[in-house]
Amino acid sequence: MRHEFAVQVGPVGFRVGSEWRAPVASLQRLYEGYPPPEGGVADFSVRLEAERPWRRWMKPSVAIRGDYVLPDAAPLALAHGLLAAEMGMNLQMALGQKRYLLLHASAAERDGKCVLMTGASGSGKSTLAAMLGEHGWRFMGDEFALLDPETWLLHPFPRAISLKNRGIHAMEELVGPDRFGPWLKGTPKGTLRHLRPRQDAIARMGEPARPALILFPTYGADTAVRPVGAAEVFVRLTQASTNYVTLGERGFGALSHLVTEVPARAIDYPDGKAAMEAVEALWAELS
Amino acid sequence: MRDAQLFVALLREPAGAARLAPEQWTPLLALARSESLLASLAHRLDGEPLPARVRTILEDARADAEQGQRQALWEAEMAQRALAPMGVPVILLKGTAFAAAGLPAAEGRSIGDLDILVPRDALDQVQEALLVAGWEWVKEDAYDDLYYRRWMHELPPLIHRERDRMIDVHHTILPPTARPKPDAAALIEESVPLGSGLRVLAPPDMIVHAAAHLFADGDLAGGLRNLWDLDRLLRRFGQDEGFWEELAARARRHQLGPHVRRGLRLTARLYGTPVRLAGRWRASDALFERRLLARNGWGQTTRRPLRFAFYVRSHWLRMPPLMLARHLWTKSRRQRPPMRA
Amino acid sequence: MAGPLYIADPEELVRAVELDGLTALFHVPSGMTHILAPPAPQILAALRGEGADAAELARRLSESFEIEGGEAEMEARLAELEAAGLVRRA
Repeated sequence: MRHEFAVQVGPVGFRVGSEWRAPVASLQRLYEGYPPPEGGVADFSVRLEAERPWRRWMKPSVAIRGDYVLPDAAPLALAHGLLAAEMGMNLQMALGQKRYLLLHASAAERDGKCVLMTGASGSGKSTLAAMLGEHGWRFMGDEFALLDPETWLLHPFPRAISLKNRGIHAMEELVGPDRFGPWLKGTPKGTLRHLRPRQDAIARMGEPARPALILFPTYGADTAVRPVGAAEVFVRLTQASTNYVTLGERGFGALSHLVTEVPARAIDYPDGKAAMEAVEALWAELS
Repeated sequence: MRDAQLFVALLREPAGAARLAPEQWTPLLALARSESLLASLAHRLDGEPLPARVRTILEDARADAEQGQRQALWEAEMAQRALAPMGVPVILLKGTAFAAAGLPAAEGRSIGDLDILVPRDALDQVQEALLVAGWEWVKEDAYDDLYYRRWMHELPPLIHRERDRMIDVHHTILPPTARPKPDAAALIEESVPLGSGLRVLAPPDMIVHAAAHLFADGDLAGGLRNLWDLDRLLRRFGQDEGFWEELAARARRHQLGPHVRRGLRLTARLYGTPVRLAGRWRASDALFERRLLARNGWGQTTRRPLRFAFYVRSHWLRMPPLMLARHLWTKSRRQRPPMRA
Repeated sequence: MAGPLYIADPEELVRAVELDGLTALFHVPSGMTHILAPPAPQILAALRGEGADAAELARRLSESFEIEGGEAEMEARLAELEAAGLVRRA
């Protein structure tokens, strides 16, 4: 592979190879300040390859490949190469992570404890975690939360935050331009912009935290808070985990411990400010 | 890392791990993963001094292979529960067979679908019993169904509706249109019961099957892993009295003598397996060796022209040349995505 | 006329956790997790040790758990549990 980029994110080291320079250059800028893979060994490799040999130059088309591959995945335009790299890394985690239980959730830490926010695309969990990160919390991750079946602690996975639409504007108001990646328009996921987490989140990427609150946020309605039963939390978290089944008994043990020990709430919220107030209130009450 | 030479050398001689430079580990592990041999490598390197990160990655691979085996053995158990009332012999094949029989070949072996062998005249009953017990056809379009039923040695693939796992039901070990004609009835008759209601092939037949699978059935994709199966099986059974003669006799019986001998020569060459009655190394063996080693440190298959030649060859083996041309033409027109990464 | 006998795996092969009225059950041999509602967990408990047919099962459930159910209902539950791999023909 002509061009190469490598980075450590939480407990996972990645290597990204690319036939084009541009995605690697974007990655280097976005991940400025991140350490290289621990011990010089990458856990996973991503490859950005031309769909066909001539597609390296003519209407360049980036196929996302690597240790793990989705056979029917559509390639992306070269202009979206950064997104292809991020999707590639997500894919390696989703299919290759076997040590930690992967929860599709964002997380933020305070005083050694953390809040986990999980929900469908559009729930706003990425933006919420990013906002908490700018208001005294340590950002732990926007896409994956890693639950350790041995210790029951949550490990950070502070990748560049993937923001869409409203979320981009909300964070542009809080954060200076140098932490943002390029505008990516017309991608399969709509309009995106990536945001580098704060320095403290990067520096402390190796520090796990004890889960103390689980939230199911939904954007768009007036503030409302509802308890969620343990069985429902269990089922929703397994549905949101790509590796629950492969972890077998360890996954069951970790997840059942999580849902029986940690309180869960569903919150509706009309805007970021209201959401943060609700989170702070619940944190004070329950954590 | 341009090809798999170093990787194969490490499988052959694990003590070589101490001599690796730090930057060689990432490509080596990626290569091993691409050949589905990461957990097997982990078993080989057990006890060797390793960098901490490498040790963790290998431990995870081993644990994952074990978990995969538990799931594979469960699939076999559920198939047994569905088929027991038929009173038909059900013979496990490949990785599931190694795991069920507790063979060294199972260590680190990643297992995919469940493969079973049943008598040809029992196919309809077996199909019905599986459909009743919750398996359903993987939807292929009509052309592929025709292809399967006319040319292949197995039912079209079935997948379990709840568990989402595939089962391949074979009635012989090579397509009926291939030139070697294995004696399926003999394979079934010589099979060994496991006590669970399921059976496995007799050890020499397991080896004949592995060689058939490696050379006569596929395009050598994943060949290093299949060859490793051969190595592990041969080391386990090669000490048995009269084994090599029995192996040669069975290979002859199933018209797979040249394939088995080539397998013996290649595994001796790449993995240092002690072999007998293998015949002499020849020029065509070198081509096979090159194809087997055609994987780089990014997990990509290399040596494209050679690969295409093997792909054509594998289809040629499956069907007569006139049919092949028509089949490849139809396939390319529908632009099916490649099966392997 | 007795129906087929069913038996469940022994306790050491399952892990069960109560989650507000439902049982999350991990079945070790299959590696599968099931969320069970009554009377399924009670059926499994009743079928550990000695096999039973649908009629006998209905009797055991009534005696040990005070759960009432007809033979037809038992047959339906048994078919579901068999498909899930949690009980098998004895």
